[in-house]
Amino acid sequence: MFAYIVRRLVLMFVTLVGISIIIFVLLRVVPGNIVDILFDAAGFVDPTDKANLEKELGLNLPIYVQYLHWIGGLLQGDLGYSYVSEKPALQEILPRIPITARLAALALLFSASIGIPLGVISAVHQGSRLDYALRVVSLSGLSLPSFWLGLLILMASVSLFGAMPIYNPNPQTWTEAFAIYCVPAMAVGFRSAALTMRITRSSMLEILRQDYIRTARAKGASEASVNYRHALKNAILPVITVIGIEAAFLIGGLIVTETVFNIPGVARFLVEALRWRDYPIVQNLVMLIAVVVVVANFTVDMLYAAIDPRIRYTD
Amino acid sequence: MRSVSALAAAALLLLPAYDVASAAEPKKGGILRVYHRDSPGSASIHEGATYSINVPFMPVFNNLVMFKQDVAQNSMESIVPDLAESWAWSADGKKLTFKLKQGVNWHDGKPFTSADVKCTFDMLMGKSQQKFRQNPRKSWYDQVNDVTTSGDFEASFELKRPQPALLTLLASGYTPVYPCHVSPGDMRTKPIGTGPFKFVEFKANESIKLTKNPDYFKKGLPHLDGIEFTIITNRSTAILGFVSGKFDMTFPTEVSIPLLKDVKSQAPNAVCVVEPVNVSTNIIVNSSSPPFDNIDIRRALALSLDRKAFISIMFEGQADIGGTMLPAPGGLWAMPKEMLESIPGYGPDINANREEARKLMQKAGYGPEKRLAVKVATRNIPIYRDPAVILIDQIKGIYIDGELDVVDTAQWFPKVARKDYSLGLNLTGNAVDDPDQSFYENYSCGSERNYTNYCNREIEKLFDEQSVEKDVSKRKKLVWEIDKKLQEDVARPIIFHSRTGSCWQPYVKGITIMVNSSYNGYRYEDVWMDK
Repeated sequence: MFAYIVRRLVLMFVTLVGISIIIFVLLRVVPGNIVDILFDAAGFVDPTDKANLEKELGLNLPIYVQYLHWIGGLLQGDLGYSYVSEKPALQEILPRIPITARLAALALLFSASIGIPLGVISAVHQGSRLDYALRVVSLSGLSLPSFWLGLLILMASVSLFGAMPIYNPNPQTWTEAFAIYCVPAMAVGFRSAALTMRITRSSMLEILRQDYIRTARAKGASEASVNYRHALKNAILPVITVIGIEAAFLIGGLIVTETVFNIPGVARFLVEALRWRDYPIVQNLVMLIAVVVVVANFTVDMLYAAIDPRIRYTD
Repeated sequence: MRSVSALAAAALLLLPAYDVASAAEPKKGGILRVYHRDSPGSASIHEGATYSINVPFMPVFNNLVMFKQDVAQNSMESIVPDLAESWAWSADGKKLTFKLKQGVNWHDGKPFTSADVKCTFDMLMGKSQQKFRQNPRKSWYDQVNDVTTSGDFEASFELKRPQPALLTLLASGYTPVYPCHVSPGDMRTKPIGTGPFKFVEFKANESIKLTKNPDYFKKGLPHLDGIEFTIITNRSTAILGFVSGKFDMTFPTEVSIPLLKDVKSQAPNAVCVVEPVNVSTNIIVNSSSPPFDNIDIRRALALSLDRKAFISIMFEGQADIGGTMLPAPGGLWAMPKEMLESIPGYGPDINANREEARKLMQKAGYGPEKRLAVKVATRNIPIYRDPAVILIDQIKGIYIDGELDVVDTAQWFPKVARKDYSLGLNLTGNAVDDPDQSFYENYSCGSERNYTNYCNREIEKLFDEQSVEKDVSKRKKLVWEIDKKLQEDVARPIIFHSRTGSCWQPYVKGITIMVNSSYNGYRYEDVWMDK
């Protein structure tokens, strides 16, 4: 097990180095940099001013030198300066992380707490009206884009309550806090809740047909015990895998949701930074996301072993 | 019954009286909450070329002179002193001297003097050691030889030749005075001004906060305690925020005509206005390379335009047709209607114009069997892309097959500056409604923003002639002549001048949306809230 963990950690490191190179090169392959954009806004390009600015930002250096500067700084905890705000990148990124983390955690919580029970109910009542209704709900979750759902929620809250949940860093009441975080989390988590529900349902259906379930029923175990203690415990592995993958995909949904609900999190910041070709911000944020994804995958793998005693990682 | 009617009539009569009274006695306090359409790149007005910077940061500064903020039409007559106490032209029109107000302090407590004026304009002219990262309006001061000071409270602009319009450039929201003792870098992130509001914070993509300057040199102003701009890039969310009362005002001149309908239906009490913004949508034609080096093809292109169709599709009829200068009544320098309609392509008979265009195309060797294939380049944002699509449809009728070539924003102006296009659709905004700014910037030989390479030395002489002319009516006639010639030469065919909406809640008072520029009306020192 220990050797496996070490091997995975080494692999994680290699993956992150690879990602760092890919991000760095791809960003510079895309036409236009911050200087082009700044001059674009001015409506004309003064070649001397442009060259001066490129020199000031270090964009005139060979790409490998720029990469080494970035990685060297990163290893020392120096993420560089945002080209746009001219503030340290760390100072720009750090306050946004908790906002997005809270939103992502709530979305995942929503996804698991809604998706798993409804998946179980749907499987247990297979073929019933309830099953069909739940399947329609899950299909709609998979097919409704989160930006559209977000806008619908906002429009509904304006027309029904005459108010809308706009981000406020210091919510005064719990209802305001709920509106600020939980409503967007539900909008973004609806899709993954639907997916979780479908996976739970199909996994449960497979397990419920196993011999040991029939044995448990024959032994007089209650339906709840059969469904949740015996079946769900064994059906949960693919669900965990999906939730782990969804955690990685969540950032895509969060970009849209943070934009629609105007939440100043990491995801929206990343899009804005990309628009400005603010390399230090984009590079560091993508690295952060890469770290989160790699760690999430690693955690899921470790969870397998914790949940299913039959799984043992060996050399 | 009669007494009830009389009472109602009396009440109705009292309403305007109340309004007058409330307008006369502004209430103090309150934070004006406005949504901002995007996160500006910096806080430095001098380094920017978008009103996304002017709107939130103009209240931090003062100019030497400014356009009177409660007069909607910017003109020479609406210019009032700001940091200057008074101004005077020398007899030969080559020296403009400002007497400066005394006792004015920067927000950090340091005194404002004539040295700050010199510093600012030296930097704008590229003369000082400290440099702006970018200096988009350097050409505004081409005729300024030097800025000199006499004591702490007098500054003079010495000109190479008379240029009466310099005063309008100095009154623009783009021309604040910067402090000498603060670096351009700091001005981009923590601006210090003398204005009615102090800068508090600018969180990129989040918010911009300003607070009242209690030591503002204009006594009794500002009325508001502060202004908060919440950055909301999603237009639907922003409008919903305004409708739900989260915001006191929309971002000025940012509500499109279709959205305005939604606002009025969902917030019927909101005060909304639709005004021209002095931004023209125009065609840029690369006249230095085939096929558009042929004047016949350029003329055919201009003749093919059905401007009213653009306006009805995009603005439900609420936009204006004109030449280079903004059309009346908003614009000061527009050609009279008869003169405009005498220009080829501006006449009302579109079919006749297009028939003539087809003849010109046939003369140039094109026809139904041999169509001209061109790429129509434009920036990849809706306000550029939508008219480009309509343009492609309209030029089909004159044997031109256009293919839309959408260009990423970052590449648009570099591409255009390289003249790496043949036909394009562009938008041109004017910071002030004055021919000096428009003609020199867009049509003079060698100007960075003369994207079409149009160069006519004869017309350049007329640019100078109008620029030195003191008599406004004589200048107007010259400007009309120039504008007509520019359209006849197909220098940059103007399709339309757009109009957009602005809305605010009924309790917000003292807002005036300028009708001939969207860059100059955001000092907000006399805005107040009746609640």
